[in-house]
Amino acid sequence: MKTRTKVAAALAAALLASACSQGSATKAPSGEGGRTTLRYFTFSAAPDHVKDLDAIVAAFEKQNPSIDVVVETAPFDEYFTKLQTSIAGGTAPDTFELNYENFVTYAGAGSLLDLGAVGGDGDLSAYAAESLNAFKRDGKQYALPASFSTVVLFYNKDLFEKAGVDLPTADWTWADEQAAAEKLTDRKKGVYGDFQPVQFFEFYKTLKQAGGEFLSADGKKSAFDSPQGVKAAEWLVSKVGRTMPTEAEIGGTADYDTNLFKSGKLAMWHNGIWQFAGLKDVPFEWDVVVEPGDAGKASAVFHNAVAVSSTTKLGKEAYAWARFLSSSDVAASTRIASSWELPPVADQQVLAGYLKDPKPANRQAVFDALESIALPPVIKRQQEMQDAVTKELSEAASGRKPVPDALKAAAAEVDALLG
Amino acid sequence: MTLTAAPPEAGATHGRRAPRRRWRHAGTVAVFLLPSLVPLTLYTLVPMVASLWTSLHEWDLITEMRWVGLGNYVELIGDPGTRAAFGHTLYFIAGYLPLVYLGGLGLALLLNRAMAGRSLLRGIYFLPVITSWVVVALMWKWLLNPASGIVNWALGLVGVSGPGWWTDPAWAMPSVILASAWKDLGFVMIILLAGLQAIPKEYQEAAMVDGASAVRRFRHITLPLLSPSSFFVVVISLINGFQMFDQVKIMTGGGPGGATQVVVSQIYDLTFRYGRAGAASALSWLLFALVLLVTIVQIRGQKRWVTYG
Repeated sequence: MKTRTKVAAALAAALLASACSQGSATKAPSGEGGRTTLRYFTFSAAPDHVKDLDAIVAAFEKQNPSIDVVVETAPFDEYFTKLQTSIAGGTAPDTFELNYENFVTYAGAGSLLDLGAVGGDGDLSAYAAESLNAFKRDGKQYALPASFSTVVLFYNKDLFEKAGVDLPTADWTWADEQAAAEKLTDRKKGVYGDFQPVQFFEFYKTLKQAGGEFLSADGKKSAFDSPQGVKAAEWLVSKVGRTMPTEAEIGGTADYDTNLFKSGKLAMWHNGIWQFAGLKDVPFEWDVVVEPGDAGKASAVFHNAVAVSSTTKLGKEAYAWARFLSSSDVAASTRIASSWELPPVADQQVLAGYLKDPKPANRQAVFDALESIALPPVIKRQQEMQDAVTKELSEAASGRKPVPDALKAAAAEVDALLG
Repeated sequence: MTLTAAPPEAGATHGRRAPRRRWRHAGTVAVFLLPSLVPLTLYTLVPMVASLWTSLHEWDLITEMRWVGLGNYVELIGDPGTRAAFGHTLYFIAGYLPLVYLGGLGLALLLNRAMAGRSLLRGIYFLPVITSWVVVALMWKWLLNPASGIVNWALGLVGVSGPGWWTDPAWAMPSVILASAWKDLGFVMIILLAGLQAIPKEYQEAAMVDGASAVRRFRHITLPLLSPSSFFVVVISLINGFQMFDQVKIMTGGGPGGATQVVVSQIYDLTFRYGRAGAASALSWLLFALVLLVTIVQIRGQKRWVTYG
């Protein structure tokens, strides 16, 4: 009797121990029928473009029957947390997407495979040179540019016409935008003239529009606590509660601005071209234009790239997939046909196809925006810098701090991060 | 004969065999403890030691660890962000603990009386305790929505213009406290209810015969005899308060403007947002030290106010 309970207890313990050892993600990379499984982790596909990515994967697998690409997606907010922990845990995906802002961190940390070393032939002429250079470090190509996108001013044509306000043009300045936004705002009807989030990404761009710089020339100190910086921050903050809803009115609702624009209650909206696909069926006329400037024009460009983990056992296969995803005709035409982000190809003929789509009419603005761009400042402690700037700007936006004080505090925090 | 001969025999046997039997006993115990010992070691003790080691390094999770000695601790102690996080945690506890204890006590006293639907009410008040924090936090976020929430709508009916709740730095922590106290009220109630029912009726009856008023009976019989249960819920609630995270993560994300950034959400951000696992581990140990200190003080102090039996 006693022995039997002992055996039972030991058995239970053994069962538990074996249960613990399961669920480990380090499995040998082998698929069915001798196919090699290659993992790809991405933030830009879900939710609107999973099918488009599947089409690219299918075309790749047709060309490379021995490789089985497994796609994993995560929303942007959680993406880098998951990527970091998987690298730390030794279960990094073979290939993964990186944006320009985070590329430096990962390349510097030695998490990325030098693609020149596995690439062999090294013919990269298919890529636009400036996109390629964005993902080089110390002369080595650590990632291949896969897509880029710009931020433009979306506007609801119907609202403009109803209010008798002239439509935005490429020559508009902040003053024109503000005058129009004030005329278009009708709080009683819940209609707002403008929407531009008060945060880091809008700030570094408007700062450039005002003629200021975010960091000093040597990159060792902040430079945004300047008259231009104050002007840019004042511009963003001045909209809150006047032509744009306040934080309390937004009430933390997810995709508040997207829904506001889609419901026809937002006249002007600063957002990225990745929104095109989602606006296909709205019941009103809309178009886009290069964002208004101040002292000059400056548009935000976001670059995404595909990188290969330095720990992968499938360097060759991973490189083949990275090449295919970033420069194949199938990938480029799929991105263009679905109004996803743009392929960073050198061949302008490929991009010309993008202009054929009739909606929005002024698609040329997407390319015009590239004429003067504002790249985000990138430092080693990137996320902390972004959070610090956004936090102080929101202090100013809610009226708890005068703009100059908020900028001074943000500059002190950024300097501490650089020091 | 046998009787006289037997005792030394048995005694000798006993003396010789006792240690072995005790070891065999320990072996049996160990086997039964294994199911809880293995996960405890794997998922609590090992990570604890590992985090102590990590706290002496700079580590972004993707590069090799770099030894910094006590650098993280020195930096954290001088960091205004850390001090703010501890301040917010203490603010939370200062609001949460009285609210949840007094509320729970009130409910326990109420539901200890003979009344219709008592069991149903006890069940209802306990429901939030077993509800997921995600659900509770989202629900409160919605109730307290400044623009479209029910609370501000109801306040508007009586002519009060409701505050910005969790979108306003001054009101964000009270919002979190309110939601937390609401959720944990049932737990405190159940423990105190059990404590109340363990108080022998004879004491109350005897006091009544002596002509003691309800207030005096409560003060001199109920409260002292309830003190072991009170001690337990205060210790547990305090530790919960120090460790609170879910509600902040979901309701405010530490905002607005960092107004609800508590110690554990700071630990989370340091690790997963800022890639500073070393500093985060150091902060975890600082929090551990504080909780340990507070708990020791409480246990030492219990002699002064906790009455057993």
